[in-house]
Amino acid sequence: MAQGERVNFKNPVICWIDERLPLFSMMHKEYAAFPTPKNFNYLWNFGALSLFMLVTMIVTGVFLAMYYTPSTDHAFNSVERIMRDVNWGWLIRYIHMNGASMFFIVVYVHIFRGMYYGSYKYPRELLWILGVIILLLMMATAFMGYVLPWGQMSFWGATVITNLFSAIPLVGNKIVTWLWGGFSVDNPTLNRFYALHYLLPFVIFGVSFLHVAALHISGSNNPLGIDVKSPKDTVPFHPYYTAKDCFGLTIFLIFFAVIIFFLPNYLGDPDNYIPANPMVTPTHIVPEWYFLPFYAILRSFTIDIHIPFTHVVLISSKLGGVILMFGAVLLMFFLPWLDRSPVRSAVFRPLYRKFFWIFVATSITLGWVGSRPPEGLPVIIGQIATAYYFVHFLIILPMLPKYEKTLPLPNSISEAVLKGR
Amino acid sequence: MAHPPSSTSDQTCGHCQQGDEENDSSRRDFLTLAAGAMAGVGTIVTAYPLIQSMNPAADVLAMATTEVDLSAVKEGQSLTVVWRGKPVFIRNRTQAEIDEARAVPMNDLKDPQTDQARVANSKFGGKDLPEWLVMVGVCTHLGCVPLGQKPTDPHGEFDGWFCPCHGSQYDSSGRIRKGPAPKNLEIPPYQFTDATHIKIG
Repeated sequence: MAQGERVNFKNPVICWIDERLPLFSMMHKEYAAFPTPKNFNYLWNFGALSLFMLVTMIVTGVFLAMYYTPSTDHAFNSVERIMRDVNWGWLIRYIHMNGASMFFIVVYVHIFRGMYYGSYKYPRELLWILGVIILLLMMATAFMGYVLPWGQMSFWGATVITNLFSAIPLVGNKIVTWLWGGFSVDNPTLNRFYALHYLLPFVIFGVSFLHVAALHISGSNNPLGIDVKSPKDTVPFHPYYTAKDCFGLTIFLIFFAVIIFFLPNYLGDPDNYIPANPMVTPTHIVPEWYFLPFYAILRSFTIDIHIPFTHVVLISSKLGGVILMFGAVLLMFFLPWLDRSPVRSAVFRPLYRKFFWIFVATSITLGWVGSRPPEGLPVIIGQIATAYYFVHFLIILPMLPKYEKTLPLPNSISEAVLKGR
Repeated sequence: MAHPPSSTSDQTCGHCQQGDEENDSSRRDFLTLAAGAMAGVGTIVTAYPLIQSMNPAADVLAMATTEVDLSAVKEGQSLTVVWRGKPVFIRNRTQAEIDEARAVPMNDLKDPQTDQARVANSKFGGKDLPEWLVMVGVCTHLGCVPLGQKPTDPHGEFDGWFCPCHGSQYDSSGRIRKGPAPKNLEIPPYQFTDATHIKIG
């Protein structure tokens, strides 16, 4: 960075600082003058929206932490006190609670956008991988955050998810005891989840910094999925995309505000307003909506696999489900190598475009299955959808380039833009 | 930064020419390996107490036994007590339930175990007390508490317990019969301290 070109700032204070630590020059280079493809659509707002949500969650979370008590005796009541007695506590908590859902909405759109336009392909593979790491960290953070109010769903969600690790052969139970710090989900568990829930967002912030740094090396992908070839293909980030991001943010904030002020508990589970009771399991344990597709995959594995002709169970249905669920997320790391088509954007890949939408429909179906009790038709549908999820990644994507006739790519972004594409 | 790159390489070359090259590089390899090994050991030694600190603390371990008075539990009734933060199901089984559990062929069981083996600890003064079934009331699938302790609860198809979370069904001996759970309900360590009292843990 020291070798980077410095900008001449008129303000003498800024100039003095910049000469010694060229932060302002760096900001100018990366966020003002940064050449950005000129054909972004509104789906390219969602990266900035994710960053906005991360900051929102950290800020509201810090203020909630000033009143929250991480103890099984006081956690539930301290949250209720925030809701009733703490000045503006209801607002800060509703922002934080629904903010988790908003964060996942924008990140899921961001991920599907990357899939549709092939943003994970060369030279952006590492950028994609960093994104998947952020998703995993978000899942861990959201899960532990949901435990903190110590309601019935908090407790039983924590019990079910930590018990997943008991499926690991031989050391499973020891790992679970270690995770709990006891023999069940209890006070030590709550305390460590709180510590980690406070820590992980800052880790996410660090990985996001790397994610953006990698983005600024390769430059952004764009809806056409073709490389920037000349300065005519780009516009400076500021004011063009700062303005576009602000507009998108405004629309998003209206949506967010409607949820916070009119439907604050719509996305949550009413059972979480019942204090945790280790002796009574709720009749129907469901995770928050953003985990439902993965929960459906977990429950789709219903048979034990035996060593042939014996009663020795090789993979129990429990272990199988756990492997499938983690596999479903880990598979995303390999996406850049599973899809070998040289054409990035689905705009020019007629077959991939169809399969992309089938994949989206599959994900939504899995979400619906995850919200149903595990009996009857949803089980069968969940098994078919789970199978298709893996077929999409492991068979369809690698095979597609062999059969697909892609459409001709435009010569440049600016040519396509001038033709009105 | 003080030396231009060429002078650094000159220095290295001059140094190598003076000494025995093979001997010197092997000595350097040894130093690198030794330092690396020490760093590795140091990392493990540092990480161990941190990781170990997350295991159950002494006071948590100290509260690991529970004593229960069974005198109020009549035949066909159940009692749920807390042991290590988990529910323990204690059932005074009817003769019909015991007979039903003992009539099941081993081939029908996912986790084969006789009913006799499951109540092996239920004895006092040389007398077997097979009516007393003592189990950890935690589904072996994902840790929910199965229903079946109250007469009005669902008991599943096998006159035992039914887990509402993912539909696992346990029989009147607490053995897994149907659903995703891999194992029978766990039998905790327990013993009868007299005819009507047990100590769990």
